[in-house]
Order: sequence, then C-alpha cells, then structure tokens
Amino acid sequence: MSDWPLLSLTIFLPLVGVAFILFIRGEAEVVAQNARAVALWTALATFLLSLMVWANFDPTRDGYQLVEQATWLEPLGIRYHVGIDGISLWLVLLSTLLTLVVVLSSWYSVQERVKEYMITFLIMDTLMVGTFCALDIVMFYIFFEGILIPMYLIIGIWGGPRRIYSAFKFFLYTLAGSVLFLVAIIAMVSEAGTTAIPELTRYDFAPAMQTWLWLALFASFAVKVPMWPFHTWLPDAHVEAPTGGSVLLAGVLLKLGGYGFLRFSLPMLPEASALFAPLVYALSIVAIIYTSLVALAQTDMKKLIAYSSVAHMGIVTIGCFTANPLGLAGALVQMLSHGLVSAALFMVVGVVYDRIHSREIAAYGGLAERMPIYATLFMLFTLASVGLPGTAGFVGEVLVIVGIFNVTPATPVIPAQGSWVALLAATGMVLGAAYMLWLYRRVIFGALEKASLATIKDLRLNEIAAFAPLVILVILMGVYPSFFTDPMMPAIERVLAEIGASSPTRAAALVP
Amino acid sequence: MPALDLVPLLPEVVLAVAALVLLLLGAASERRTRTSETSGEAAAIVTPLVVAALLVAAVLAAVLDKTPGLVLGGHFRFDGFAAVLKVLVLVAAAASLLLVSSYQEDERIDRFEFPLLALFSAIGMSLMVSAESLLGLYMALELQSLPLYVMAAFQRDRLRASEAGLKYFVLGALASGMLLYGCSLVYGFAGTLAFSELAAQFGPGAPQGMPIGVLVGLVFVIAGLAFKLAAVPFHMWTPDVYEGAPTSTTAFLAAAPKLAALGLAVRLLSGPFADWAPQWQQVIVLLAVASMLLGAFAGLVQTNIKRLMAYSGIANIGFALVGVAAGTNEGIEAALVYMIIYIVMVLGAFGCILAMRREGRYVEEIAELAGLSQRRPLMAAALALLMFSLAGIPPLAGFFGKYFVFLAAVRADLVWLAVLGLLASVVAAYYYLRIVKLIYFDPAAEPFEPPAAPGLQIVTALSVVFVLGFVVVPGPVFAAARLAAAALAR
Repeated sequence: MSDWPLLSLTIFLPLVGVAFILFIRGEAEVVAQNARAVALWTALATFLLSLMVWANFDPTRDGYQLVEQATWLEPLGIRYHVGIDGISLWLVLLSTLLTLVVVLSSWYSVQERVKEYMITFLIMDTLMVGTFCALDIVMFYIFFEGILIPMYLIIGIWGGPRRIYSAFKFFLYTLAGSVLFLVAIIAMVSEAGTTAIPELTRYDFAPAMQTWLWLALFASFAVKVPMWPFHTWLPDAHVEAPTGGSVLLAGVLLKLGGYGFLRFSLPMLPEASALFAPLVYALSIVAIIYTSLVALAQTDMKKLIAYSSVAHMGIVTIGCFTANPLGLAGALVQMLSHGLVSAALFMVVGVVYDRIHSREIAAYGGLAERMPIYATLFMLFTLASVGLPGTAGFVGEVLVIVGIFNVTPATPVIPAQGSWVALLAATGMVLGAAYMLWLYRRVIFGALEKASLATIKDLRLNEIAAFAPLVILVILMGVYPSFFTDPMMPAIERVLAEIGASSPTRAAALVP
Repeated sequence: MPALDLVPLLPEVVLAVAALVLLLLGAASERRTRTSETSGEAAAIVTPLVVAALLVAAVLAAVLDKTPGLVLGGHFRFDGFAAVLKVLVLVAAAASLLLVSSYQEDERIDRFEFPLLALFSAIGMSLMVSAESLLGLYMALELQSLPLYVMAAFQRDRLRASEAGLKYFVLGALASGMLLYGCSLVYGFAGTLAFSELAAQFGPGAPQGMPIGVLVGLVFVIAGLAFKLAAVPFHMWTPDVYEGAPTSTTAFLAAAPKLAALGLAVRLLSGPFADWAPQWQQVIVLLAVASMLLGAFAGLVQTNIKRLMAYSGIANIGFALVGVAAGTNEGIEAALVYMIIYIVMVLGAFGCILAMRREGRYVEEIAELAGLSQRRPLMAAALALLMFSLAGIPPLAGFFGKYFVFLAAVRADLVWLAVLGLLASVVAAYYYLRIVKLIYFDPAAEPFEPPAAPGLQIVTALSVVFVLGFVVVPGPVFAAARLAAAALAR
C-alpha cells in the first residue's frame, strides 16, 4: 500500500471528478442531479483517500512522510515534490472533509448552475490539498494562489447582492499580498539556490535579508489569516459568499495564513520572527479585542461570525509566535477547531438563510420551537466557539494561553511579555462568549412571533449528514485532544529546533 | 567560401518565392472573377497557400543546421536564436491568418492582397531575427512595417481604419527616421555596420570605451525599436491603431511582429553592445517601468476590448523588457519565454474577440460580453481562462512567464523592479477580472452568432489548451528559449 502515490492521488482525484462532470450532457435537471452525484462520490473518495494517508502516516516519526518527487520544471529547478508532516496532515484531512460537507450541504440549496458549482468546489479541493502537501515553494505558491480563481467565481456567481464588489475586493486584496510573497520566494530561491522547502528551512538567511523577507511573507499571510488591520476583505467576502464558499473560506483558506507562518516564517526566518513577534502579538490582541467588540454590534449573522473568525485567528497567530511546543500545538489545534466550528456556524446560518432568505438577526427569534434539532446543533457549535471545556474550542485557546505564559526561559529568542499578552487575549474570549451567546439567544430563544417563521422546517437529512462529522469531531477534539496533538508533536519539535538552531548571538543582537 | 550560400536563408527564399507566385495567382484569379460581385474567391485560394508557405518555412527553419553562419554579405546571421524565433514568428503569423479569414469575409474585405501583405511582413520578421548588421536590421524592419501600414488601412471605406493606417504610417515613419539616424551615428563613430565588428570594437579590452556618439546612436536605435514594441513612451499609436484597424489586422499586429521586434532588440543589445549593458540597461529599465505602469493604469478605464488589448500589450511588453533589462543570458531566456506565452494567449484572446458577432455585425465593446457564460459556455470558459492567464494567476501559463522574468530581474539585483512589476500586475489584474466578471456574474445579453470558421475555433482551442496544459508540460517552451538564448551567449 505504501508504495502507492497516495498524496498525488488525493490531490488530483477531484480533477477526475471534474472531467466526468464536464462530460455530463442532457436536460438541465438531469445534469444537475448527476453533477451532484459525481461530486459527492468524488469528494467522498477523496476523503477516504485522505484517511488512507492518515492511516499510512507514522505519528512517531520525524520529518516529511509519503514523500513523492519528480522532475517537472527542470530549467527553473522546480520539482514536483509533495509530502506531509504532523502540521499538514490534519489540514489535509480538514480540506477533504469540508469539501465533502459542502457538497452535502448544498445538495438542495444550490439550484443554479449546479454543474459549474460542483466543478469549482472540486477544483478547490485539489488546490487546497495541494497547498498543504507541496514541499516545493513555487509549487506551494501555485496551489496557494490558484485558489483565488475558483473562490472568485464562487463568490461572484453564487453570492449575495453585493457579490461583485466582494469578489473583486477578495481577489485584489489577496493578490496584492501574495505578489510580495512571490517576490520573497524569488529572492529566497535565488539566494539559497533551491526551491525545496526542507532545504530552504535549513538555509541560514542573513539577518538583514530576513527582515525584508519576513515582511513580504507577512504581507501575504496576514491578509490570508486575516490579521487586523488587513481583515476588511473578510466580512465582505463571507457575507456575500454562498454558504459553501463561506465554509471553505473560514474552514480552510484562513488556515493558509497560519500554515504559512508555521511552515515558512518561523523555521526559515527565525531571527526576523523573533524580532517581529511583539508586532504580531500586538496586532493579534487588537484583532481579538477590537473585532470581538465589532462582532457585538453586528446585525447580520454572517458578518458576526466573520468577525468572530478574525478574533479566533488572532489566537492562532499569537500561538504561532510563542515559539514553544504548547503554543504551537495550541495554534494548530485552534486552527483545526476553528476550521470545524466556524464552518459549522456558517452552515448553521446557511440553513435558515435557505429557508427565510435573510441573514438579519432581527428576522429570527424563537426557532427552538419549530427546529429542535437545529437549536441543539447551534448550541453545540456556539459553545464550541465560546471555548467551553469539552469542546474543540477550549483546547486550542487554553494551550495558546498556557504557551504564551511559558515563553521565557526555554526560548531566549522570544522576548518575555507573555503574561500581558495572555491577559489581554483572555479578555477577548470573554467578549466572544458575550456575542455568541447573545446571538444564540436572539435567534433561538424567545417566542416565535414572526409570521415568516411560522412554517419553518427543521433540518433535512442531507443537512444532518453534513453536520454529523463536524459534531463528532468537535466533541472528540474536546475530550481527547492528544489524539490530534500527538502526531503534531514531532513536526512542532522540528520547527522549534530550527528556531533554536539559528545562531543565538545573531538573535540576541536583534532582540532589544 | 561559396559565392552565394543561400541554404541558411531557405525559409525566406521559400516565403519570397511563394509571395511572388501567389501574387500572380491572386491577380490572375481575381481578373477571372472580377465580373461577379464576390471578390473573396481569390482570397479563398491564396490564404490557405500563404498559411502553408509559412508553415513550410517554419519547418525548414526548425530543421536547418543551426551552426552559426553569415549570409548575404554578413548582413544576416543564422543560428539557434534565429531558428527558434523564425519558427515562432512564422507559426504565429500563420495562426493569425487562420484566425482572421472569417472576419475578412464577413466584413467584405477578403481581398487576396491581405494574406500576401501578411506574408511579405512575415518575410521581414523572419529577417529581423536574423539581422547581423545595422543595415540588415533597418531593411528587415522596414520590410516588416510597410505591409502592416497598408493592412491597418485595409478597410479603406471606413474612416477609422484609414485614420489608423495614416497614424501608424506617420508615426512609424518618424520612428524609422530615428532608428536610421541612430544607425548613422553609430556608423559615423564606429566606422562599421556589422554587429561582429562593433562587438570587437566595444568588447572587453576595448581601448577607449564607448564613444558618446555611439551611445547616443544606440539610444536612438532603441527608441525606434521601442516604437515597434509599443513600449512607453513610444506607445501612442497603439490604442488608436488597435482600435481603428480592422480586427483582422489587429490580431496579426498583436502577435508575431511584437515577438520579432523583441528578438531584434535582444539581438542588438546582447550582440555588439553586450559588454555595455550598464549603459543601455537604464534605458530598458525606464521603458519597462513606464510600460508596465501605463499599461496597467490606462487599461482600467477602457470600454473597447481592442483598446484594452492594446494597453494589455503595452503592459506585457513592459514585463518582457524586465527580462531584457536584467542584462543576463537568463534574462533573455526569461523574456523569450514570456513573449512565447504572451503571443499564444493573445492569439486566443483575439480568437474570442473575433467571435463577438451579433446580428451580422462585429461588436467591440467589453460590455457586450455580459452573461456570455450562459449562452456560450465554452467560449466563456476559454476567454475567462485566457484572462486569468494574462493576469498571471497560477497555475495558468501566464504565471510562469512572470515568475521567470522576475526571477531573472532579482538575480540581476533589480529587486525593486520586480516588486514594482508585480504590483503593476495586481493593478492590471483588475481589468482582466472585469472581463471575467462580465462573462460570469452579469445577466445575459443577446447571444453571439456561432462562429462558423473552423480555423478560428482551432486556433483558440489550441491556445486554451496551451494555457491550461503548460503547467503539466512546461519543458518545451523553456527548452526552446534556452536554445535561442544559448546561441546569443558569446
């Protein structure tokens, strides 16, 4: 089994589905139905393949596994080079799972241009998995940037009333950040003479060069994460995107920024990371507190959840730059839990939006009466988002907070401001509880007074099927987190070793 | 040495003989059909033969022995660079002719002179990339340009086309004047026209460096070439000519001549003046920066798709010049890769533009593309992919050109140029995205007529396949560019 090119199969299988969908002909209704079926089976097969990847992954081993290499773009030295480690393993699984969930959840809600819809989502699947598996920096960029094309189309074609503005903003904002990343890639490649990520990680860039490279990378990842003040595209994109688009945007695309920090900024540019860590802390804290306050003031459900995403991703960025095992593991768990929870919350909004066609909080109230299953699920994900112990949200937040307290002695690279950062970050979590619970009260509790809600139906079977894996994983991650963190640890230790391996005297010169 | 060894010039010989024979054939068959109203019969015979001649010449250029050799009294040179560029230029010219024949018919300008003028121009282009002396350079350039002036004014009943032709001619003549003046300065100070002798004079170990007169002459020559490339600040003719000329001419103009002019510029700069890169580098950098920025910003407000393609072309020449500005062999390779990808995309884009026909009329407003995806999904997908590729979004072909060009720039310590260029490409992305937006996001307008011509469909389809498949098989384009650039390394 292990000699199969499992990763390549996982990456490119969705494209086979795309090819099949392209050849579907006939009446509109039949085409739509067949496209859904093909997409479902393809997404399922891809997910199963990614489970095979997981089964073949040895969690005790260090380094990249299931590595495949082939010559590809010889003149530029770019190779086809894929592999995974503990950092990317779960993100690959998250991508394939969420694609499957999206196909399921939009079974009935998408009726227009179903064929194209399914094609774009399957292409997204390929690009997302490819991004996480790529071990060649140019290949990474190709997947990373290629995601813009399907996402632009998803927002623009199936989005809400202001979809065109949002699609342009999303595309151009992200592209502007990414081209600086491209310049950094070019500079790194011409300096180190290789495009392989493992080799670039080992290369020692001069401190002065690191500063510039770090800023260029930051421009791209900070937009993706998104960090305050580069987050303004996110509320627009989320609000206007169709449910499926929001699910992948929140669930996977935001993780690309965090993944970028863990894969590139930290291990390749450790001195600069140490230098800029306070900046990241400051921006993250502003993100956590400020966007939480903004979320409190929202009247649009999707916008509220979008702002909560910015706050939650602030925890991730703090965790990434703690430079100790707890903090990094916390950042990764927080990414996974946010990937599941925010995806689920966007689907929760999508469920009622499909029925009432309004995202205004004021349009709802008392849904518990007619939608008990829905209310229960919504409760679970609300609590997970708040960070209730026993759910996924808690683990990530607590690990990051403990991690940031621990910053000093073991890691001389990062200056000690831990307790202040922890205190302020925790404040943000209190605010998080406030806006989420308040949202829940306004939508679910109270009397069912609005006439438009009188006949609203509870969840359909396909919706329950879509929610089921998310429910299971959110609870599993809450009660048995080491199941998820154990495979991460070797990879995290390696990242930390890279940071530690960099010359301490040079780092000391940089840190005031 | 044999008195007249024409073997290395075989492609041009074939083309020239074909041009003369077909001229007679066209004239004869037109006389026969003059009485009837249709004039298209002669063109219907001549066009396929011209395409065939171009392809035969391309094959000849590909198979000829590529050991460098001089011909025609040392004014032209055949080597790997010439071979690769000849193949590309001739194939691009043939593809353009295949694209436009249905347009010519529909617009009732399907006279047999059109493909023949294109053929003469192609001979010029083919010689341009072989030029080995200032005289050869000038003659080839004029042979390429003069037919283009006529082609721009080919729709002689239309005011706009005549205006375009006249504008192109007057400004082109001015540029030729500058070029010739530059040549004369170089000749006056250096005493020779041949590139090899110039290289010997100004090569390493040259006693006194480059006389200022030669430098001034070189700048004039570059200005003349920049006009042909439509690089800012010598771009003024481009939007008007692109828009005013019949679309068939525009499609021809936008592809092959650009590549030939770039090839000529590269041959000149990396040949006799290779060791004086710091002298001309700043001029090329200026042209590149100005072209990228103007092309990106001015394109934002265009409503006519041909004008948009003009500004897009200006921006893209800027990107290609970034590679030339690097002043290294790798930079030349990058510029060639960029241009190859660009002309393929541009041919595909014009394939789509030439299919914008509604109620018997060709339309040129960008807004006419609204909702294309619902009426003509294949054409919509093709145009959208080409636009994303022009914007340089991976995994499409356009990205690789940009990556390589900026890699060369960074390696030549021109990091700021790379940053500036990539930011300009973000600005330009807006207008490409706007077309995608119209195609996919907007409500459908009246459908276009289905294109009848198979030539147009085949060329467009091939272009899209190239754009999509490049990521899978990127090797051949890079190999060709490497072969060409290696021939220039002295």
